[in-house]
Parts: sequence; C-alpha cells; structure tokens
Amino acid sequence: MSNKTMREAINEALRQEMQRDPSVIIIGEDVVGGRGGTSGAEEASGGAFGVHAGLIQEFGRERVIDTPITESAIMGAAGGAALSGLRPVAELMFVDFMGVCFDQIYNQIAKFRYMFGGRAKTPVTIRTTIGAGFGAGPQHSQSLYSMFTAVPGLKCVLPSNPYDAKGLLAQAIRDDDPVVVFEHKMMYTDEGEVPDEPYLIPFGEANFTRRGEDVTIVAFSRMVNLANQVADKMAKTGISVEVIDPRTTSPLDEDSILDSVEKTGRLVVVDESNPYCSMASEIASLAVCEAFDYLRAPVVKVTAPHTPIPATPALEQAYIPSASQIETAVNTVLDFDSPSAATG
Amino acid sequence: MTNNPKLHIPQPAARPGEVPDFSYLDLSDAGAVFRPPTNARAAEIENLALEMVRVLDDDHVAQGPWNPDLDKDTLLEALRLMVLTRVYDDRMQRVQRQGKITFYMQALGEEAVSIGQGLAFEPGDMLFPAYRNQGLYIMRETGLVEMMCQCLSNSRDMCKGRQMPIFYQNKKKNLFTISGNLATQYPQAVGWAMGSAIKGEDHIAASWVGDGSTAEADFHYALTFAAVYNAPVVLNVINNQWAISTFQGFAGGERRPFAARGLGLGIPGIRVDGNDLLAVYATTRWAADRARQGGGPTLIELVTYRGGAHSTSDDPTRYRPKDEWEAFPLGDPVNRLKQHLIKLGHWSDEQQTKLEEELRNTVNEAWKEAVSFGTLTEPPFLDVELMFEDVFAEMPEHLKLQRNKLLDLRGEKS
Repeated sequence: MSNKTMREAINEALRQEMQRDPSVIIIGEDVVGGRGGTSGAEEASGGAFGVHAGLIQEFGRERVIDTPITESAIMGAAGGAALSGLRPVAELMFVDFMGVCFDQIYNQIAKFRYMFGGRAKTPVTIRTTIGAGFGAGPQHSQSLYSMFTAVPGLKCVLPSNPYDAKGLLAQAIRDDDPVVVFEHKMMYTDEGEVPDEPYLIPFGEANFTRRGEDVTIVAFSRMVNLANQVADKMAKTGISVEVIDPRTTSPLDEDSILDSVEKTGRLVVVDESNPYCSMASEIASLAVCEAFDYLRAPVVKVTAPHTPIPATPALEQAYIPSASQIETAVNTVLDFDSPSAATG
Repeated sequence: MTNNPKLHIPQPAARPGEVPDFSYLDLSDAGAVFRPPTNARAAEIENLALEMVRVLDDDHVAQGPWNPDLDKDTLLEALRLMVLTRVYDDRMQRVQRQGKITFYMQALGEEAVSIGQGLAFEPGDMLFPAYRNQGLYIMRETGLVEMMCQCLSNSRDMCKGRQMPIFYQNKKKNLFTISGNLATQYPQAVGWAMGSAIKGEDHIAASWVGDGSTAEADFHYALTFAAVYNAPVVLNVINNQWAISTFQGFAGGERRPFAARGLGLGIPGIRVDGNDLLAVYATTRWAADRARQGGGPTLIELVTYRGGAHSTSDDPTRYRPKDEWEAFPLGDPVNRLKQHLIKLGHWSDEQQTKLEEELRNTVNEAWKEAVSFGTLTEPPFLDVELMFEDVFAEMPEHLKLQRNKLLDLRGEKS
C-alpha cells in the first residue's frame, strides 16, 4: 500500500493487466507520446495526460499503438481486434470526440454479442476523459456518461479516487463486455492509498464514502469529493449525511441507493453533466418510482446548467456544481416541511 | 468573358425509357493487363487500379497472365455455388413477395464476387461481408436452412430474432454478422487483421462495401489505418453501378475508378471485371497472398452490375432503363462461367438445366424444413425473454427485473 495519484493508479492497472495477459493492447491517439532520442521511447511522455508513461518501454510498439487521428477507426479496429481474441484498451483523449466514432461504439461494439446471437464477445475497454475545470471550453470539458449509460450492452465506469480507478480499470479490462471508463481530467493528480498488488472492484457495487442518517447524497466522479467535503462540514453541525458513489452507472447499484433513501427519506443527486436525461434525472426517477413512500422531501438535483461549457474561468467555475450548491441542496431537503412528516 | 463556377450534379447515362449507355465504363481486353509479382512495390503497379483485369474473353476463353488455371472440379464447384446463390435468391425474393419474410436483397448479377473471392481465401481468414455477400455465407456452408431460418426469424434463427432478414452471422466459419450501418466493417476488418499480425498468425481479413459506401468516413479511416500499419487485409468495393437509385457518379465514380482511392495512401488498387469469376479469383488470390506474405492491404474494385432491385423495398424501373442489365458490357457472371466450361468441354446446356433443377429442389426442400421451425405468423415463436439475453455476458439485475415485469404482464412465467 502506498500513496499514489490517480494517474499512477491507472498506469499501474494498465501495466499489471498487460503483464498478466499478453492479449491486452493499448491503442489510441498519442498514447505513446514519444519525443526526443533516437527511438523516442526513453522519454515518451505516455500520452496527453501521461497515463501510459513507461508502458512503451516495457511492452513495445505492438502493444502500445499510436494511431492516426481517426477516432472511428480506433474504435472499429478495437472491436475487430477484440473479435480476433485481443483485449484492446482504446483511449479517446476527450469524451467530446465520441461524436466522431459513436456509431462504432453504440451500433457496433455494444451490439456484437447480441447480433451474433450470443456467439461473440467484445472485450473492449474504452478509456476517456470527462469534466470541466481546465478552461477547455465547450468541446473538451463535457461529462457525457449518461449517453453511454443509455446504450444497452455498454458498461460505464466512473472512478472518483485512485483506489477505485485501479480496481475498476482492471475489472474493465478483464470483463468480457465492452466497458467505457470515464476519468475526470481534473483528478489525475488526486492522491490516495493504493495497494501495489493487482485487485478488482466488481461492477454494480456502490461505495458508501460517508455513512449518515439524515440525508443521502448520490454523486458521480469528481462530485463525490465535493459531496464528501460537504458531509464532513455538516457533520460538525450535527447533520449526518450519507454519500453514495455508485462507481458504475451501468450496471447501477439501485439497491444501495434505495436502501439509503428508505433510511434517510431525503435525497440530493450531484452530477456534473447537463441536467436533461442525466444520471441525476435517472437517480431522482429511481427514488420517486421505487421509494416514493419513504421520501420526506422532494429530490433535489445539483447539476450543471443546460448550456455548453464556457472556457473562461469566471463562467466555467459558475457552471460546475459547487460545494456550496450541494450544501444548500442538503439544507433544502432537510428544511422541507413535509406534510406526511407533520401528520405522521 | 467570365467563367462562373457551375455546379455539377451527376446524372446517370440513361433513365427509364432511354437507351442504356455504358460508354462511361473503361474496359481492357481480356489478358491485356500485366500481372506483377505479389511483392511488387505499390508505386509501380498503379495502373492496375485504372485498367481492368479480365481473363475471360468474348469467346469465353481464358486469356493472359491472370488466368488462375483452376482445375475442372473447382470451376464446376464455383458454377454450382453461383447457381445456388441465384436459385436461393430467387426463392427468397418470391417468399418475400408472398409476405413470408419482411425483407430481402438479391445478389442477382453479382454472384461471381462472393463466390470467386470466397474461394480465394483460406478458411481461417476472417470475412466482414456487406449485405449483398450472401454468397460468402453459402460457400462457407452456413446451411440453406439456417439462412432461411434467419430470414424467417423463427425458433431456429441463428440471430435469435434480433436481426432483420439477411443479416446472417457465422462465427464458427469466420464470417462476421452483417451491419446495417454502411462501411463500419472496414475498420473492424483492419483491426481484426492487426490483431492477427500482433498475435503472429498468418490469417488475414477481408471486407466489402458497395460503390455508394465508399463515400462513408469509415471507408477512408480504414484505408488510412490499413496503410499506416500495413495491415494484412483485402478491402473490396463492389461497384454494381447503383446505390439504390443513385448511380455510382454520386459516390465520386466519375473522375477516377474506386480502385484508385487507396493510391494516395500507397495502397495498391486492382480494378477487376467482377463478372469474370476467373479474374475475380485471380486478383483476390493475388491480394490475399500479398497480405499473407506481409505486403499489406490491397483495395479491389469489382466492376459488376446490380441485376435486381436494391432490396424488396424499391422498384428499379423507376430510376433506370429496364433493359440496362442486358446492355451491360460485362454480361452475366453465371452465363460466362457456364460458357467457359462448355468451351473447355467440361459442361453442357443440358447439364446446366439439370443442375438448376436439382438446386431448385434443394432450395425447395430447405424451405420446407425451415418453415417447420416456425414463420412470422406460425408457431413455434421465439421466447420473449430472448430479447434480454446476450445484452451483457451476465444479465444485470435491472434487466432481470424488466424481463420479469414484461413476462408477468404477458401472463408468462419468468
């Protein structure tokens, strides 16, 4: 066990899975990030976010494959390579670029097993980045995971800390279904305790990052950390907040969320995505449809507005859900004067 | 005088009621095109993309260096498979018209493409067919009954009722399932080929698109990928002149042959008489050998003619002359191979008639067997719960709940 950044944790998962299984390959734009020297390998930066550092030296150019700028071919080739028996880990620098290759993902990779009548598997892992905070504007900052969650056949993973990032990615690579891993680009330098040895975190098992009795917060990715901060702050004033990180949106651990809501009767959902047809909407709908009798206040959704993401920090910071917005939401559900609570 | 830019809207040479005109089609004489060694440098063989490899001449005699010298048995088997494809198509077209299946697509006039090319690959080679490549499924022994059951979506459907008719799959025989999104299989084939090379195997991949789909982005992405990694793949364009009602000029075929699309990337192109089984086999074998020997990708354009409608959903008499196929200078691939075999003394008109009769019986028997497993209107039907299977390797909780809820609503037990 040692302290590692999210970047190091992901790198370690990739390295260990590639050591364990020779069929694991990495493919994507700039994944080597070679520069300098005669071969470039010695100084290779490991990609736009440095996640693949050192892998080219250990595994060589046939297993860490730089590609032309052809997202659709990266995904299509990964699907074809998976069918040939490999386990490709395809990197797409920004989830925003998915528009170029979404057909290969939602019409092809996600449906191969089904269309083959169950006779084919497509063990492709797609790693991509999400999230605002870099001043990268409308086309490099989105959090489009609900779109992928909506596609039957895809599994969707949203790590919120280095420990989860490593265990979930290892599971994704070993999984026989296509998995999309959404890494928040503002979290690569976040640190946490990460075991050195390989381990797996199963999909569909939520993580309770805070235990509490009064209010349930369900949060995704970087928003989990903000929710934790709010929970810690409010604990000092005697308010007990439970924070649930589903970790995977497909499959989704509905039972853990419903159990918590049945206990607290109050739900806040925090999601950095745009609000319509979002995971926030999905979780709110789950609570209303399945735990209506237990709700003591309307569900409050804390999301980004339904706008593109502005680049300038003054606007971008206002766009991203904040700790104070979450705190306000918690107070709102606590203060709600429930008619049923009054009579009951 | 001013020269204002003028928009060019491509127009086919002839529309209904007009005289068919194939003067736009550049032909080479049979035997006229040089056959380079399979390790020739791409830059030295660019003419192959611009001329047309032909083996069978107008008198049905094999000519020149591309003659693959196939033995009698192979030629007869090729003829049988082509006739079988045509007879199968004819039957399936008719059962669609009778309302027994919802949709069908014939390969009428293009049979030499799937059969000639299919014979040129090894069983371990992975094929990513397009929707008019039923001949590949037939020649790799998918089974007529199995194919019919797929079109019927009945209880024996290999795709479990999930795919529309003709979207076959045959994982065991290395045949990919048909995609309704065009050209998507090109990058997948390149990726499969890359995977094979990474694993150190000598299996290659192949994929097909029509002339219309060469306009798709995936076509160009895949060519780039194939060129960059020297992937062992044979990429094929079936230029049957028509993409539903738009002629091949709308895909950019007026300026240069589709076979030339890869030249800018250093990918050799071969333009071949797609109705000449010998030429189709020979060029495909050349490309397959080249790929297997580490020579990388080849783009083959098979010039042919779509003898029937695009599918059972359109009427070609609305957009092209009725007699256009008869005027097509490359003729009918089945007849040409038949005449060649007669010329060689291996075959006769009587034998051909007998073969067609036999295969019609085979297909009719297969149909009788296929419908015994159910039709769209007659049981046995597929279980509704099949809808929920194979979405994931293991069924997640929410899908189980949704399945159970649906079965409860229908009064069926889960």
